Amino acid sequence: MTATSVSVEKNKPIVRSGRRFMSGDIACAEGALAAGCRFFAGYPITPATEIAEHMARRLPEIDGVYIQMEDEIGSMAAVIGASYAGVKAMTATSGPGFSLMMENIGLALMTETPCVIVNVMRGGPSTGQPTMPGQQDVMQARWGSHGDYEIIALAPSSVQEMFDLTVEAFNMAETYRVPVFVLADEIVGHMWERVNIPEAKSIKIVNRKKPTDQPTNKYAPFKPDVDLVPPMAVFGEGYHFHATGLTHDERGYPRTESAEAQTQLVQRLCNKIRKNKDRIARVEQDMLEDADVAVVGYGIAARAALSAVRKARAVGIKAGLLRPVTLWPFPEEQVAQVARRVKAIVVPEMNCGQIVREVERAAKETPVIFLPKLGEEPHKPDEILDAIEGVKK
Amino acid sequence: MEELPHPYEKFLRKDRIPHIWCEGCGNGIILNCFAMALDELNIDLNKVVVVSGIGCIGRVSGYTNTDSFHTTHGRPIAFATGVKLANPELKVVVISGDGDLFAIGGNHFIHAARRNLDIQVICANNFIYGMTGGQSGPTTPLDTWTTTTPYGNIEQAFNLVHLAAACGAIYVARWTTLHTRWLTESIKKALQKEGFSFIEVVSQCPEIFGRYNKMETAIKMMHWFKEASEVQHFSDPAKAEITPHRITVGEFIDIEKPSYGRLLREMKERVAEKK
Repeated sequence: MTATSVSVEKNKPIVRSGRRFMSGDIACAEGALAAGCRFFAGYPITPATEIAEHMARRLPEIDGVYIQMEDEIGSMAAVIGASYAGVKAMTATSGPGFSLMMENIGLALMTETPCVIVNVMRGGPSTGQPTMPGQQDVMQARWGSHGDYEIIALAPSSVQEMFDLTVEAFNMAETYRVPVFVLADEIVGHMWERVNIPEAKSIKIVNRKKPTDQPTNKYAPFKPDVDLVPPMAVFGEGYHFHATGLTHDERGYPRTESAEAQTQLVQRLCNKIRKNKDRIARVEQDMLEDADVAVVGYGIAARAALSAVRKARAVGIKAGLLRPVTLWPFPEEQVAQVARRVKAIVVPEMNCGQIVREVERAAKETPVIFLPKLGEEPHKPDEILDAIEGVKK
Repeated sequence: MEELPHPYEKFLRKDRIPHIWCEGCGNGIILNCFAMALDELNIDLNKVVVVSGIGCIGRVSGYTNTDSFHTTHGRPIAFATGVKLANPELKVVVISGDGDLFAIGGNHFIHAARRNLDIQVICANNFIYGMTGGQSGPTTPLDTWTTTTPYGNIEQAFNLVHLAAACGAIYVARWTTLHTRWLTESIKKALQKEGFSFIEVVSQCPEIFGRYNKMETAIKMMHWFKEASEVQHFSDPAKAEITPHRITVGEFIDIEKPSYGRLLREMKERVAEKK
């Protein structure tokens, strides 16, 4: 058995339900298939390669397409093309590839393309530490492509969530016509854990809204409904529609010199996420009801944080954990509410300080203690515990 | 006076006309030949997708009355890869420029040709970056004056038909905008072939390339095409020159080879049989 092989029921779009043992990368690939993904374009990169390898094996079994592109720029472009041809599509990469994808992530945002991009984060900058975990790309995920936009990013902290949140990522992409990121890290990607695969029929699957009118030349591919999301026709249905990365009107036609078109379009692209933030932003709260100290952690750092919180409770310190499941849009309200009740917030992150700034902004006057971590190991629970104990003194 | 409909009206988005191209530009001729080819083959326009990149000819996808997509700079072939593989029933045609396809997009071109992806690529080669005002590019001839080669171009130019042939394209042709009938026939042929086909159209940019290089009108540029062009079918693409004195045109490659789409389909069938 190779590192990537896992016994899946061959030729079935959804892996057999029940308790399974798999790696995060494989769970991510299976989650994508369960969500209806039938197209993967990618380029090999540690520590995300296993997602591609699993897709290369599974997709041809279920009439899907796996293609290894010449680079991550092309991968992202191909994903957008497949989505416009009506197929749920994804790619998976890590930091260096994520940087290359930024160009066409902007195109996906501008052309409102439902698609999923998985970034199994490693240490950067540049080639950095390919086999080591990192959480250094979370701000790049938010701001990495040029221009103004809002994005959705989910941060799995277990193999289970690699499955669940990948399904959710597709559902959100289809709901809001937006590229959605799964921001995992090397540990979550490579770790093998127990996963509970739900029954196929209990997996909620969302498909994009389609135009209800018969195909005519009058179809406006970027005319939004009240939820600010336009219904999406796909190529080959007879609508003869146009899409462009240029600023465009509701017909998809370029309006490169209109302040009004630019304002309307870019504000809507931002607002369709901002105004639905309550439906998108999600956190998990643990032992926060009576907490004096809160730890805000995500991804692999949240695992050590939970352990630290339990240890603190064991020695009589009222600590709790707030774990952002969506990093973008950032759950500012939830953090602010917790900040009003606690003496201090501890933020462990595998970087030099990224999400901590969002926490500080939401926490206002409440002190925020930052625990950076770079390199091979994630935070040790005791390092976080020390910080929690420091607050009490 | 009663207005007569243009014979190729149904191929154009009338609400997008007038186009943005300069007077005398060769892009309109290429679009016209493409429309003629679609018309003569009686292709179902519902199944055609036109994909273009950035640059003057990049706007062509906005003018064709089919599904169409105007990608980021250099990426139309990569985008088209996703479209074609996701829905093999679609006829996916990339129409773009020399800078888009062979500078910033060069990697996608060589790999799509290598894979023998079932798409048609038509390149308007005007030797220059027109949209940004006349900078040198990968096909700018040696010694030419552009805004970024004010002392003359010292870079060698790509021979696009040689490149396409070397990368594995199954159909390769070069024409100029003067060769409208040949070009239309080539597009028709490419549309009917299975695999990666490439047509280079040497096109005039009188407004910028011509003006800087002593051919300031479309007529003067087309005189060059007329005087210099030499039809040499199936000659060695490595020797297919574009010089002030000779432009070698014609069909260079016309072979059969299983396309990526076919091999993918056959692989899936094998996988299904093994279950």
